[in-house]
Amino acid sequence: MGFAASVILGLAALFAIAWALRAAARATFSGQTRSLAHDIPLTASFGLLVIAIYTFVAIAAPALAPFPEREIVGGQFQAWSAEHWLGTDRIGRDMLSRLIYGARNTVGIAFATTALAFVVGAILGLWAALVGGWLDQALSRFVDALMAIPALIFSLLLLTIFGTSVLTLILVIAAVDATRVFRLARAVAQGIVVMDYIEAAKLRGEGSWFLIRREILPNAMAPLVAEFGLRFCFVFLAISSLSFLGLGIQPPTADWGSMVKDNATLITFGDVTPLLPAGCIALLTVAVNFVVDWQLHRASGLKEQ
Amino acid sequence: MRIALGVGLLFIVSLVIFGATELLPGDLANELLGQSATPETLAALREQLGLNDPAPVRYWNWLTGALTGDFGVSLANGRPISELIGARLGNTVFLALYAAALSVPISLILGILAALWRNSIFDRMANAGALTAISFPEFFVAYILVLWLAQTGLFPSMVRINPTTTFGDRVYMTFLPALTLMLVVTAHMMRMTRAAIINLMASPYIEMARLKGMSPLRIVLRHALPNALAPIINVIALNLAYLITGVVVVEVVFVYPGLGQLMVDAVSNRDIAVVQAVALIFAAAYVALNLLADVLSTITNPRLMHRR
Amino acid sequence: MDREVLLKIEGLRIEGRAGDGWTEIVKGIDLTLHKGEVLGLIGESGAGKSTVGLAAMGFARDGCRITGGSILFDGIDLRQAPEAERRALRGKRIAYVAQSAAASFNPAHKLIDQYCETPVVHGVMARDKAEQDAIDLYRRMQLPDPKGIGFRYPHQVSGGQLQRAMTAMAMACRPDLIIFDEPTTALDVTTQIEVLAAIRDIVRQFDTAAIYITHDLAVVAQAADRIKVLLRGDEVEEADTRTMLDAPREDYTKSLWAVRSFARAEQPPATSAPILSVQNVSAAYGKVPVLEDVSFDIHAGRTIAVVGESGSGKSTAARVITGLLPPSGGAVVFDGKPLPPALKGRTREQLRQVQMIYQMADTALNPKLRLRELIGRPAQMYLGLTGRALETRIRDLLDLIELDPDTYIDRLPGELSGGQKQRIGIARALAAEPKIIICDEVTSALDQIVQEGILKLLTRLQGEFGLAYMFITHDLATVRAIADDVVVMQKGRVVEQGPKAQMFAPPHEPYTELLLSSVPEMDPDWLTRLLESRASVSA
Repeated sequence: MGFAASVILGLAALFAIAWALRAAARATFSGQTRSLAHDIPLTASFGLLVIAIYTFVAIAAPALAPFPEREIVGGQFQAWSAEHWLGTDRIGRDMLSRLIYGARNTVGIAFATTALAFVVGAILGLWAALVGGWLDQALSRFVDALMAIPALIFSLLLLTIFGTSVLTLILVIAAVDATRVFRLARAVAQGIVVMDYIEAAKLRGEGSWFLIRREILPNAMAPLVAEFGLRFCFVFLAISSLSFLGLGIQPPTADWGSMVKDNATLITFGDVTPLLPAGCIALLTVAVNFVVDWQLHRASGLKEQ
Repeated sequence: MRIALGVGLLFIVSLVIFGATELLPGDLANELLGQSATPETLAALREQLGLNDPAPVRYWNWLTGALTGDFGVSLANGRPISELIGARLGNTVFLALYAAALSVPISLILGILAALWRNSIFDRMANAGALTAISFPEFFVAYILVLWLAQTGLFPSMVRINPTTTFGDRVYMTFLPALTLMLVVTAHMMRMTRAAIINLMASPYIEMARLKGMSPLRIVLRHALPNALAPIINVIALNLAYLITGVVVVEVVFVYPGLGQLMVDAVSNRDIAVVQAVALIFAAAYVALNLLADVLSTITNPRLMHRR
Repeated sequence: MDREVLLKIEGLRIEGRAGDGWTEIVKGIDLTLHKGEVLGLIGESGAGKSTVGLAAMGFARDGCRITGGSILFDGIDLRQAPEAERRALRGKRIAYVAQSAAASFNPAHKLIDQYCETPVVHGVMARDKAEQDAIDLYRRMQLPDPKGIGFRYPHQVSGGQLQRAMTAMAMACRPDLIIFDEPTTALDVTTQIEVLAAIRDIVRQFDTAAIYITHDLAVVAQAADRIKVLLRGDEVEEADTRTMLDAPREDYTKSLWAVRSFARAEQPPATSAPILSVQNVSAAYGKVPVLEDVSFDIHAGRTIAVVGESGSGKSTAARVITGLLPPSGGAVVFDGKPLPPALKGRTREQLRQVQMIYQMADTALNPKLRLRELIGRPAQMYLGLTGRALETRIRDLLDLIELDPDTYIDRLPGELSGGQKQRIGIARALAAEPKIIICDEVTSALDQIVQEGILKLLTRLQGEFGLAYMFITHDLATVRAIADDVVVMQKGRVVEQGPKAQMFAPPHEPYTELLLSSVPEMDPDWLTRLLESRASVSA
């Protein structure tokens, strides 16, 4: 298995670079940044490095890809060669180029969806916790009902109705995920709302918007940021799964989930090429999870003291 | 009380699932006939499907039908949906139970051990492994297993089962899909079990037990476990519910004749009647699992069982 | 004390994890305890007294490690002994009573099952004998229904009873030594007495040695033969209880006494019209009534203390005054005009006049805001100050509370000590330039010396600005020190009210009498006398 060996070697190289960068950060920075660099476990610095690489590839995709995203540039299912490093796909498009553009499409759409779900869910959640009463009850019961339907099933139902375009995909997944964000934001805010400083601000006569912005949000930030990472992973996996099922991002847009689906037949012949896009998904999710884990650990560690 | 709540929730869920179709631009008849629609054929089809009734009446008919196992007919091929679901429901339940039987004991043991040996090498390895498994898309895990176990001919990569397949053959042929599900779910369940127990081990009454001179094993079994039951039950229920959705992708990968496969096909064909029926079944299983967890964790909690 | 030595600790050093490294929290403590002797271990928070107490069992909490010294219990070196040997001692020969019995009893098991666990597992007696024994001890601890109480779950039993049940549990194997870790701190004063008396009796009956850990000198004086004072992990001094009370050697020990002697000058009775009066107020949470027909007046330049145990409704009265809980009957009148019942109906000017200081400065200050904004916001909001005028005002306020503006203005609350945080709470209230400040248990979370500083500061500010204080407290020592008028509350009603001098002189209402007599005094014979006098009254 020369391929497995090279994957392991590649990961080891990434870890080594992450280790070196962390050592460099410890040496160059001072003060708070330095202590941050001192705290950071190797897994998290590896995660940060991977995220940075993905971001770079997504932004610079047109410059990095040797071939255009959607053009047929060779025969079907060509093997790896000097011209097509990772071969070609089912209809003869360059695998490597589509893999690179996939970083932009798949990750970009997942990111936009998460951001949307987050803005809607977090604002409603904080608001419900602050105002309480019937508004909180109404929103919470509504979300409870929606959450009683498994996320993937609910997405499939909505996609059947609204069709499968990128926009509906984003809206549907964001709507489903916003319910989860709402739950968390509300729970976090409920812990904060009972604090005396919120009572003090209410007694001072502050309005709801000031309370959310200045008193609640700064204290809810740490768990919300960690949740953003987790949510991104869920959304990313959900979109990839839908694309894999042929119900998410549609061809000819290059997307990792559908690329696995399209070329899956190769796997039965022992060819690993179709697994590369899946590997790209897995690597990014692992990276984000490592960073989130570190953040959560830090947050709980700070609480103990 | 809780059961009434669960039934009420299920009722609302059915409303949501039914109401979603009302959001369709146009109606089912339009969808079905598409470009070839003439006013006459549309009217005839509407009459046939009962689309001229007001929404509450149609909802009532659909719901009472569903309760008696009659989900109407498929829009794609006109066959009764109950016939399509029939055997597939059994197959999916078999796969889910198979995966659960593998994952529940393994993940509980791993989770408890990781909590006991917190911060040890074992704990760190288990954690990193679980985190990695959680991060993998199900189809990635599935294909890696195919590449590794099916290529060598150990297990079949496609599941061909029919009603005459013996139980032993089933277990053998469904091993790869069950293993895939197990890997994904075990990771979640192990992490949550570990967290629940660690949370508990920090309680003052655990310190008290240590100061009473109790052995570590006794502390875990007699002092921590009874209190951990409720969180652990919830962890299991949550993950079994997760299995339900995981099934969809895994069934597609292994061409397994189950409900997930059926639903994906229906979504592609925009066969809304079938999607509705399958969604209702999945949601019902999900609600029922959560309800069961609720009831079980109430029974294990003396605060709720013995009021002041 | 010529009896045999039971426990001998020498040069004990313990480190606690702090961030990445370890810091020393116990710095070389020596301790000798004879059989049947009770040693009081006192100190403020962070003195390391609980850590020393646990070390006497050869135990260190997670995140702590014993780094030096020896712990000899009846000739056994607990540091060198294998874990199994230590475990065999714990519960059997050395037992532990925790501060919060409610949290330290396992919620999943009945009290008697938890009692029997120690004797059965350690092989001291069989289960049925242990049960009989438990009932006997429950009776000796004066628990109600000794035969039945063991068969209840912890959540079905009150806090004071749980604390006694835990002491009974510690006695199960008739240990040579019991560590009491602040056993009465979480209890109300009237309950505290009962538990304290029960603990003292049982320890004497069985001739058990004990280490009694507390921050309250008056409490430890009732139970201990000797007292050891700790400060930040070091020993300050050790002496017989009487010697320690009559003639403390060290300045630190003397300062612990001094707090009790701080008192504000007496003021003549009020003559002017009240600035705020609570008139026949009733209130309820949902359907549960919490206040019934409560009336009292607050006068400018005076301090009114509202006293009562938990659940008496004293904090609820404050919530009604501030408008957080609209009353179901009666009214709050400010300066002759009734205030709108709910917060939303009040004008900004009305809100400005009544400010609040909270018990827990930790939760009363937003941890993410700098002092500049914490103090500046009310000044900006109520008085319209901006820019340079605001900056000057913030600095003036910091000066007023005796914190250096240059050092502190841009700090976060997390970078301050407990007393400093409470000062910021005061500055925030002052920033609104109010007429009335409600102080809700403002000193009860603080160490005694810090309490004194806060009380002095409040008194000074009252003189400077003619403020009216409403002081909500359960601590009668504080009331004695600073109040002009006193309101005693019980179960949502006012039991008695009047000027301080009148309130502290007999005759009292029965509840006031109970409350007053339950406050421990710095006199080792106080508890004995009190119990005798109560017994003679009831006889």
